[in-house]
Order: sequence, then C-alpha cells, then structure tokens
Amino acid sequence: MLRAMLGEAWQAMGANRLRTALTMLGMVIGVGSVVLMMAIGQGAQYAVAQTISTMGSNLYIVISGSTSAAGLRSGGGGGPTLTVADAEAIAELEGVVNVAPVHQGTQQLVHGANNWSSTVVGTTPPYLDARAWTIVAGYPFGDSDVRSATRVALIGRTAAENLFGTDDPLGQTIRIRQSPFVIIGVLGPKGQNLDGRDQDDTVIIPLSTAQRKVFGTPFVGSVRMIMVQATSAEAMPAVERDMTALLRQRHRLREGQDNDFFIRNLAAAADSAAETTRVMSVLLGAIASVSLLVGGIGIMNIMLVSVTERTREIGIRMAIGARERDILAQFLLEALMISIAGSLLGLALGVGGALLTNALTDMAIVISGGSVLVAFAVAAGVGIFFGYYPAHRAAALDPIEALRHQ
Amino acid sequence: MSEPVIRVVALGKTYPTAVGDFPALRDVDLTIEAGEFVAIMGPSGSGKSTFMNLLGCLDTPSSGDYFLVGRNVAHLSRDELARLRNRTLGFVFQGFNLLPRMNLEDNVSLPLVYAGIDRRERRRRARSELDRVGLGEYAGSLPSRISGGQQQRVAIARALIHSPSLILADEPTGNLDSQTSEEIMALFGALNRDGITLVLVTHESDIAAHAARQVRFRDGRMVSDQPTPKAPATC
Ligand SMILES: Nc1ncnc2c1ncn2[C@@H]1O[C@H](COP(=O)(O)OP(=O)(O)OP(=O)(O)O)[C@@H](O)[C@H]1O
Ligand SMILES: [Mg+2]
Repeated sequence: MLRAMLGEAWQAMGANRLRTALTMLGMVIGVGSVVLMMAIGQGAQYAVAQTISTMGSNLYIVISGSTSAAGLRSGGGGGPTLTVADAEAIAELEGVVNVAPVHQGTQQLVHGANNWSSTVVGTTPPYLDARAWTIVAGYPFGDSDVRSATRVALIGRTAAENLFGTDDPLGQTIRIRQSPFVIIGVLGPKGQNLDGRDQDDTVIIPLSTAQRKVFGTPFVGSVRMIMVQATSAEAMPAVERDMTALLRQRHRLREGQDNDFFIRNLAAAADSAAETTRVMSVLLGAIASVSLLVGGIGIMNIMLVSVTERTREIGIRMAIGARERDILAQFLLEALMISIAGSLLGLALGVGGALLTNALTDMAIVISGGSVLVAFAVAAGVGIFFGYYPAHRAAALDPIEALRHQ
Repeated sequence: MSEPVIRVVALGKTYPTAVGDFPALRDVDLTIEAGEFVAIMGPSGSGKSTFMNLLGCLDTPSSGDYFLVGRNVAHLSRDELARLRNRTLGFVFQGFNLLPRMNLEDNVSLPLVYAGIDRRERRRRARSELDRVGLGEYAGSLPSRISGGQQQRVAIARALIHSPSLILADEPTGNLDSQTSEEIMALFGALNRDGITLVLVTHESDIAAHAARQVRFRDGRMVSDQPTPKAPATC
C-alpha cells in the first residue's frame, strides 16, 4: 500500500518536473540557509566558549583608581591606590583561591638583531594558576624569584616565534629596557581573548623585577591591578562583597566616599559575550527560518494548485473506492516527498556552504548532528503542516462534484 | 437469491439552483434482483445520470431510501460508502475515466490498492482481468496509447477487479462507434451470463435490446418498466 502510494507520489512529482523542482528549490534554500546559519552561529558560540575557557574561571580584576597629590581621586594620572599588601589581605578572604598583583604594559623585546613589541606582565606565581596557564617547556618562576627580583621570563608562543623563529627559546636571553632576562619557561598556547587580542603575544616576569627594571613605580609596593580567583561561581558574589569592604577599610574610606578601585567581573564579561553570540546565532537561525517558511508556503501553494488541477482524478479515485484518508495520505505524501527531497538537497548545500565558508574565511564552523536533525525534522514538519490543508481540501471533496469537474 | 441487489423506495433528488430547487428525480420505486440486466432509457435531462449516481453511492438522495443488497445506504458513513464503491459495485463511465499517467495494469488494480491488497496479488488479478477483456498484452501501456473502445474495456476490467455483484454503466457506449459499441455490449452480455447484475443507461434502443428489462425515465420520473420485447432481428 505504502509502496504503491510512494510510487504514485513519485509519478505525480515527475509529471511536472519544472514545477516540482521550483517548489523544491524553496525548501532547498530554506533548509540550506538554516543549516548554514546554524553552522555559523554554533561556530561563533564554539569560538567564544573556546576563548572563555582560556581566560581562567571565576576571575575578578581589581583595578586601582588613582590619587593625586591633593588626595583627590580621578580617572587618570596620579599613582595607583592598590598595594601588594592589599593583594595579600585579599588572599586571606574566604572563597578566594588565587590572588596575583599584576603590573603589565607593552614593551620592546630584543634578542640579537630581532626585536618585537609585546605585552610584558609582571606578576607573582598564582597568576599562572588563576589563568589556567600551562608551561609546555622549562618551569615557572617561584616566590623566591619575586622576592629577589631575578631576571627570568616565561614567554608566550607568538612572542617566541617572532624573536626566535624555530629556535628553542629556553635558556636564551632577551632584553627588555636594556635588562637581560633569561627565558626559563615556554607558555602553552591560548589564542585570542574576548577583545580579539593575541594572548600568546606575551612575556611574564616576576612582579618585583618588572617594577624595578621595566616599568618603574611611583612608590614601592603599589600595583595597578590585582587578579583574584574565587573558588567557584557561587562564591563570587560573597568574594566581591568582602573584597569591597576589605579594600574600603584598608584604604580608610569614609561612609559615602567613592571607592578608589574598580572591581571587574571577568566571568560576567564572559557570560555576556557568550550570551551575545547565543543571541546572534538564534537571530541567524530565525532569519534563515523565514526562508524555510517561505519554502513551506511555496509547497502549500503548489499543492493547492495541484489539488484543483487533479479534482477530476480525485473524483475517479473516490468512485473506485478511495476513502478520505487515502486521498489525504496521497497528497500529504506528495508534499512530504517534495519537502524531504528539498531538504536533503538543502542539507547538502548548507553543509557544502559551511565547509566553503570555513575554507575561505577563518570563521569557525560547527555542523552538529543535532542541527542537521533539527533542520530535517523542521522540513518534514513544514511539509506536513503546509501540505495538510491542500490534502484535507482534496480529501473533503464530494465524489460526484469532483467527478463533474472539468 | 432472496435479497434484491437494488431496491429504491420513493427515491428523489433535487438540485439547488439559482432559480430554486430543481427536482431532477422524483419518487422512483424500483427493485432489481441479482443477475438481472436492466437498461435505463429516456430523453436527455430526464434524470438517468442522477439516478445512476445515486445507485453508485457517488451522490446522496434528497428523499426516499436506497437499499443496496439489503443495506440502507443513508445510514452509512463516507468511509463505508467508499467501501461499497470499492467492493460491492463497479461503475463504468461514458468518458472511461482512466487515470492518464498510469499504465493499464495500474489503472485496473487501483481499486485493490484501496482495499489494501498486496502488490503481487494486485498484479495477478489485474492481468487476469485485462486478459478477460482481451487486453492482456497492453498491460504496460498508457491509456492514451489505445483506442476508445479499448479504454472502455480497461474501465470495465477495473470495475470487475473486485468481482462485484453489480456493475453500473452510464452510457458506456456513448463515445464509441457502433462496431465498437457492439463489442462492448457483447462483453457486458458475457458478464451478465456469468451472473453479474448489470444496470446500463443508453439512448440507443439497439443497445438497450441487449438487456432483458427496460426502464424509461421522463422529467425525473420513472414512466415505464418492461421486459425487452422479443423483437425480430432487424439489423
Ligand atoms: N449538479 C446539478 N445541478 C443542477 N442541476 C443539475 C445537476 N446535475 C443535473 N442537473 C439537472 O438535472 C436534470 C437531470 O440531469 P441528468 O444528468 O440526470 O440527465 P440525464 O438523463 O442523464 O441526461 P443525458 O441523457 O443528457 O445524460 C437535468 O435537467 C440537469 O440539468
Ligand atoms: Mg446522463
């Protein structure tokens, strides 16, 4: 029975090839664009998730405001308000795992005849843990390096490639502001951060060395920022509250006085970046779905025309014993076959388009079985939904009226 | 042999038109026993086709009752009517009404598809019916490739496929020349001798002469019902 009906539906599709092909084209474009857009959207989400995972989790950055000589706080100029002692105090708070004071800036790195401008980060050992940064060769510096301000450096992949090419950077010496630094470790690759900056274009050195030899500092023990890692996402609000109270107390701020520091929640920034790409990918999908809808309406249109054209045929079928459900099934099957054939082609087109996009641009593309399945189910749904009304119209015809139709 | 194949009581049909209801069929009483061969005659517009469509369960009466093999069709659902059209009776149209895109075998076996019969069996039965009407060798051809007379024979084969007890034919020879008409009538005659009840509409008396009983309509009423006179062969 089903086989006979499939054969008939196939025949009916073949009877007007151009029309069937054009109707199918609507579905091809609809499904193709949904698959492509979902691939791009999910690719973007994947890329952001990748980036976020390189950032380190549950992080806060406490950034110092600045004081002028008159004790007024302003956005720029003046010395930093945070100190290494502040960092040590924060480390004592409950819910805090890693605290690292950070002093960073862009500096020229020199090795032999090569020089390269890179981000130099002066910090303490917990920084690497907070950022989940691995050492792929050599070893990290320790607290004793910070205490005695040794001139050692950890180098990121991009900086290493630009200074040493294919040579092994371990044990080599680079100069930063005339001071020689020995490279004792090579950092694992991280890629871009959320702002699009290359995180591997960096050199990490002990904080004390950075302040004495590289950046200089208005007074000893002050820092521009402190990186704080909470034990968990749940612990973050409490940590932020305690940190604010602690710093206000340490900085002797009176009730009503503004904070002389900013706390930036990197986890929240990551969440909002992830949310943004999620919204973007939903939007892309929604826009693509409109074309699927248009394709569905095309099917409905053609099926209505087909029912009208074949009214007499329907009458004949009823006269020899076709029940309503037989006629319904016949037209539904036709709509379904058009939409499924269209979606198969669309699927191929969408996947092909996604691979091409990936090959021609450096956009990340994710084609998940889920999205393919969804596109397919939606297409079948579209076929049934838009095919139902015409099929129902056909099935509800009166046999004698249908037979009289010219 | 107790149950008449067809029994209609005070059957009427009115068509709604722009100028009010038009009574196309009025107060028809008729009983046809199994194995009969009845010709229905009458001028154009007298309600013959209206009557046949009611008998064929293609249309529903406005008044009166129709008992098909004892069942009052007024009480049947659309699906049950479809089942009657599928198995109990076969309808042969003036315009053949074959499906143009299907080959003859598929046309003939289509009623079996709706009866849920499997492919092998459908094929076997379609072949045997096509053989019976002498068109076995054309099984794979499209209807457009054969003559009108041949198409009508295919339509008869399709009507026969479920071995119905009743064949209804509305001017089956109306589109055919007299030679071909005679061949079709010979086929009907043979079917009737095999025990099939036949009701056939015609304008031509020599076609009607094949039937054993002749019913005449005029202005929607049945005006006469007689056995065919044993006329000496004049042609
Ligand atoms: N669907 C309809 N709507 C309105 N009037 C109709 C309809 N069908 C038939 N009629 C009218 O009913 C009357 C009987 O029609 P019917 O087709 O039964 O006649 P007939 O005896 O078969 O004629 P013919 O020999 O020309 O086939 C005619 O006057 C016709 O105009
Ligand atoms: Mg007629």
